Amino acid sequence: MPNISADKTSLRQKGGSLNRTRFVPYLFVAPFVIFFLLVYLYPLIMTVIMSFQKIDGPNHHEFIGVKNYLKLNTRDFQMALQTSGRYAFWDVIVLTIFPLLVACVLHSGLAKGTSFFKSLFFIPSLTSIIVAGIVFRLAFGTLETATVNRVMTALGLQPVKWLSYAGPGNFVLILLTLWRWNGVNIVYYLSGLQSIPADHYEAAQIDGANAFQKFFHVTLPGIRPVLIYVITITVLGGFSMFTESVALWQQNNAGGVGRTIVGYMYMVGFKKNNLGLASAVGLVLLALVVAVNLIQLFLMGFFRKED
Amino acid sequence: MASNKIEGKKRAVLSILATAMMILIAVFAMVPFAFMFMSSLKPGTEIMRYGLTLKFDPSISSFDNYAALNTYRDGVYWHWYKSSAVIMVLQTVIGLVLSSLVGYGLAMYQFKGRNLIFSLVLVVMMVPFEILLLPMYQMMIRVRLMNSYLGVIIPYLVPPFMIFFFRQYCLGIPKELLEAGRIDGSSDFGIFWRIMLPIMIPAFGAMTILSCMNSWNNLLWPMIILQTEKMHTIPIGMGTTITPYGNAYDVLMPGAVMAVVPIVVIYLFAQKTFIAGLTAGSVKG
Repeated sequence: MPNISADKTSLRQKGGSLNRTRFVPYLFVAPFVIFFLLVYLYPLIMTVIMSFQKIDGPNHHEFIGVKNYLKLNTRDFQMALQTSGRYAFWDVIVLTIFPLLVACVLHSGLAKGTSFFKSLFFIPSLTSIIVAGIVFRLAFGTLETATVNRVMTALGLQPVKWLSYAGPGNFVLILLTLWRWNGVNIVYYLSGLQSIPADHYEAAQIDGANAFQKFFHVTLPGIRPVLIYVITITVLGGFSMFTESVALWQQNNAGGVGRTIVGYMYMVGFKKNNLGLASAVGLVLLALVVAVNLIQLFLMGFFRKED
Repeated sequence: MASNKIEGKKRAVLSILATAMMILIAVFAMVPFAFMFMSSLKPGTEIMRYGLTLKFDPSISSFDNYAALNTYRDGVYWHWYKSSAVIMVLQTVIGLVLSSLVGYGLAMYQFKGRNLIFSLVLVVMMVPFEILLLPMYQMMIRVRLMNSYLGVIIPYLVPPFMIFFFRQYCLGIPKELLEAGRIDGSSDFGIFWRIMLPIMIPAFGAMTILSCMNSWNNLLWPMIILQTEKMHTIPIGMGTTITPYGNAYDVLMPGAVMAVVPIVVIYLFAQKTFIAGLTAGSVKG
């Protein structure tokens, strides 16, 4: 690394720890600053500019005002908005609450073999969604011989064409997501639960609090930072979901069932070569994620200055 | 005494309920793998006809499908495997080195602009990366990095979530260590290399697994950059080239199993460090 030798020579010339502390931190953070400018700021500005342009080939940009945004008033895009919105809503609810319950049980030490389960629950997170999705797609297949439909028939229920309609399709998506991400969120929550001092629980015990009161008055406030983190990344992941949808439907899904905002962006930008319109889609997505996260952070009291 | 007995009984019942709940979730987590493995042993026509089953029939089960991976379209599957592995290693090594430096710098030093840079890290974590892909794509065409591994890893050179994690982890390292190292006459990078890195090993363990996971699973950006079939990664190949509609179950299922195996093996070796590292660098507000 050239940085190290450059740093050493400058130290030898100037000595003194004052100079050192002035320079060195910037060398440490320099990779991010360069990365930020090239990989985030420049593309972000370009996306904004491109969303007001008609683009034919890399050197042929023409400003067309807000026409790209007006073109978004189509049934296809509204369906994508609905698909992503519905998915994000259930994603946040299921993936915030369920792993929290599991983490609380694991942390309580009530179950036998806690450390075994901790390791095991994480294994699905290691697999590729595309690869695992193959199993889900087959299990929830349309045919009556598909695994889940067989179980349905055995239970005396009607077989369902799971992946042909938005509602059941979303159910399968959420199930796949829960399967894949449950372990990750459990680990986050466990880290938060371990940071709550035991004497807080003891104090609540002395005050005669029951299990529910302890959960709402000690546990929840104690893991608030982790909770905020989990919700924030889940909102982001929910609205920008793409891979799960490809895993279940590929890209050419009939009637646009399961096509998300990012899926729409990919179709418009890379299959139909309309980068301007795709940029407008991207900015709508950004606005959605930022707005929902700001509301969520506000409700969670992230901006309150109490401590 | 009496109330203690009731308490004990209540605890025993709760313990059974809790264990039962954990076993159910464990079954949910493991069942897809069981389906995957059992199906990988059967001829594709069997899956076409009967769907996924856990039934084991020795007369039709064999590892022949695994051998078929070598011959399927001139062994293209192993090309995907190689692409995925090369990208995973490059992306993880570079990402760990750069983001650990940045995270450490943000945690250990006071300097002008520190809060601004950390805020930028947080803001960037909240921007859906997907929306930056269009200009990045044009950029990659201009610098001629299309269809190259380097093009795939460029957006992941300094992952913000890693910076965030390393920073949180380093906040727990006593600053006195830095002072002590300086008194011994080490340069700041020397201190980082010799004193801090060993302390940060659990954090590196956790981030190695998360980074391998992300890279191994990544679909959208590699799909945009890698255009020839031999350069594709496993998710691209499995998701778009081999599809069940093309009756390719014979290679789909063993391919899926082989894609899962390496990363699970890495995890089983490193899981102690991994869980410890992740929980130690707990998320603080």
